[in-house]
Amino acid sequence: MSAYVIQRVLLMFLTLLGMSVIIFVLLRLVPGNIVDIMFDSAGFVDPSEKATIEKELGLDLPIYQQYFDWISALLVGDLGFSFVSEMPAIDEIGPRIPITAKLAALSLFFSILFGLPLGVISAVRQNTTLDYVLRVISLSGLSLPSFWLALLILMACVSYMGAIPIYTETPETLWDELLLYLLPSAAVGFRASALIMRLTRSSMLEVMRQDYIRTAMSKGATENAINYKHALRNAVLPVTTIIGIEAAFLIGGLIITETVFNIPGVAHFLVEAILMRDYPIVQSLVMFIAIIVVVINFLTDLAYAILDPRIRYS
Amino acid sequence: MVSTEHKIEDSNTRVTQRSVWYKIKRLCQRYPLGAIGSFIVFIVVFAAVFADVVAPYDPTQTNAKMSLSAPSAAMLFGGDMMGRDVLSRIIHGARISLAVGIGSTVLGGLLGTIIGLMCGYFLGWFDLIIQRIIDMMQALPLLVMALVMAASLGPSLENTIIAISIPLVPQVARVIRSNVLSLREMPFVEAARSVGMSNGRIAFRHILPNTLAPLIVLGTAQLGSAILTEASLSFLGLGVPEPYPSWGRMLSESAAEYVRVAPWLVIFPGIAISAAVFGANLMGDAVRDYLDPRNQG
Repeated sequence: MSAYVIQRVLLMFLTLLGMSVIIFVLLRLVPGNIVDIMFDSAGFVDPSEKATIEKELGLDLPIYQQYFDWISALLVGDLGFSFVSEMPAIDEIGPRIPITAKLAALSLFFSILFGLPLGVISAVRQNTTLDYVLRVISLSGLSLPSFWLALLILMACVSYMGAIPIYTETPETLWDELLLYLLPSAAVGFRASALIMRLTRSSMLEVMRQDYIRTAMSKGATENAINYKHALRNAVLPVTTIIGIEAAFLIGGLIITETVFNIPGVAHFLVEAILMRDYPIVQSLVMFIAIIVVVINFLTDLAYAILDPRIRYS
Repeated sequence: MVSTEHKIEDSNTRVTQRSVWYKIKRLCQRYPLGAIGSFIVFIVVFAAVFADVVAPYDPTQTNAKMSLSAPSAAMLFGGDMMGRDVLSRIIHGARISLAVGIGSTVLGGLLGTIIGLMCGYFLGWFDLIIQRIIDMMQALPLLVMALVMAASLGPSLENTIIAISIPLVPQVARVIRSNVLSLREMPFVEAARSVGMSNGRIAFRHILPNTLAPLIVLGTAQLGSAILTEASLSFLGLGVPEPYPSWGRMLSESAAEYVRVAPWLVIFPGIAISAAVFGANLMGDAVRDYLDPRNQG
């Protein structure tokens, strides 16, 4: 097991190194650099000024040198400077992390709370009306754009309560905070719960076809014992993987929801940075997201081994 | 004599005609949800193709008198802030959604198929390197990657299609690769090899047609998320630019200021997006059940 962990950690660093190259290249797909784009939108500007800025940002250096500078700074925790605020990127990103983390945790909580039991019910009552209704609901969860859902929630708040719980200043009490995060995380969690529900359902159905379930049936075990003691325990394993992946991918849903609810989290900041063409921030933020995803994937694999005694990494 | 022959031909065609309808009817009975999905997709396609005929107004025509007018007989879905007809904009928006949805799914599928075929067929170091790159690409959420690519490519219809297609490539490449891995051990490939067929010919003539079913399954599944991603990108201001009416951008234009005074600006484009994606997803599910019997249940 420990050899496996060491191997995986090494592989994780290699993956992240490769990802840093991909991200770096992605942002430089088009000829011309950030300064060109900045100047394009600003209209005519003195060419000598352009050269000065390029030099200041290190854009006159060869591309491998630029990459090397970025990655070596990143390794010691230096995320560079924001073009827009001219503050160190880490000071901009740091305070936003807890906000997004809380939102993501709450969304994940919602998605498991609804997704898992409904998936089980849908599988146990396969091909009944209830199953059809639940399947349609889960499919609509995958189809509704999260920003539209967020907007609808906002509209409902306006018409029923006359006010919108919009993030204006840092909430003081835990209750205030929860109230603020409740609606956005429900909007994001709905989609994730749909995914979890679909996977739980198909995983349950798969397990219920196994021989040991038939054995349990022929022994005369009650339906509840079969469903919850034998089937669910085994069916839930692949679901842990999707929960892990969802935990990491929630950031995709949060990008829009944080924007709609005007919550100053990391995901909203990424959009702002992209719209402002603040490339040092975009580069570091995407790398930050990549690190989170890779680490969560790693932890999910470990959890898998702990949950399933049949899996032994060696 | 001649007339009898005609009769036989006639009844033959009638039989085939009836059996086509019969087949469709049977399919609808077997996959009721899939039938609903296909119907929704058909409506969206119809609206996109005949937008000029179906739409009651020109989607770009402004009319100060109708600015923010509520839904009425003249404007069924109301007017936006510039007095443009929301219904006409939604009908024309179907073109953008489908162009981007189908365009990026096909482009992503094409690239993914070529990469997957090459990986599964040549294996070795080439496969190893490409697989690692695919691992890395899959570690970024679709929207984050599309966002970064759209930002770096700049806003245009073509660039939006490219930005959405690239994040779809890894999944296709994976599925095709694993399919090729099992196909290459099949006797018919061995037979082709033993008669001296070239690698390229085997790959394209014998292996590719056999990967078509999983490709169609994946493609229909990806169509919904491609449409959704386009709407999200346009909502954030990084998708298809003006003057094309895009559902996502219609929402972002109206979201902030008009949510209180003109809720129809938020409701109708949102329904259009949801319905199109919902239809595509339902259809994708049914296609999967039909083509891949292992997934039935």
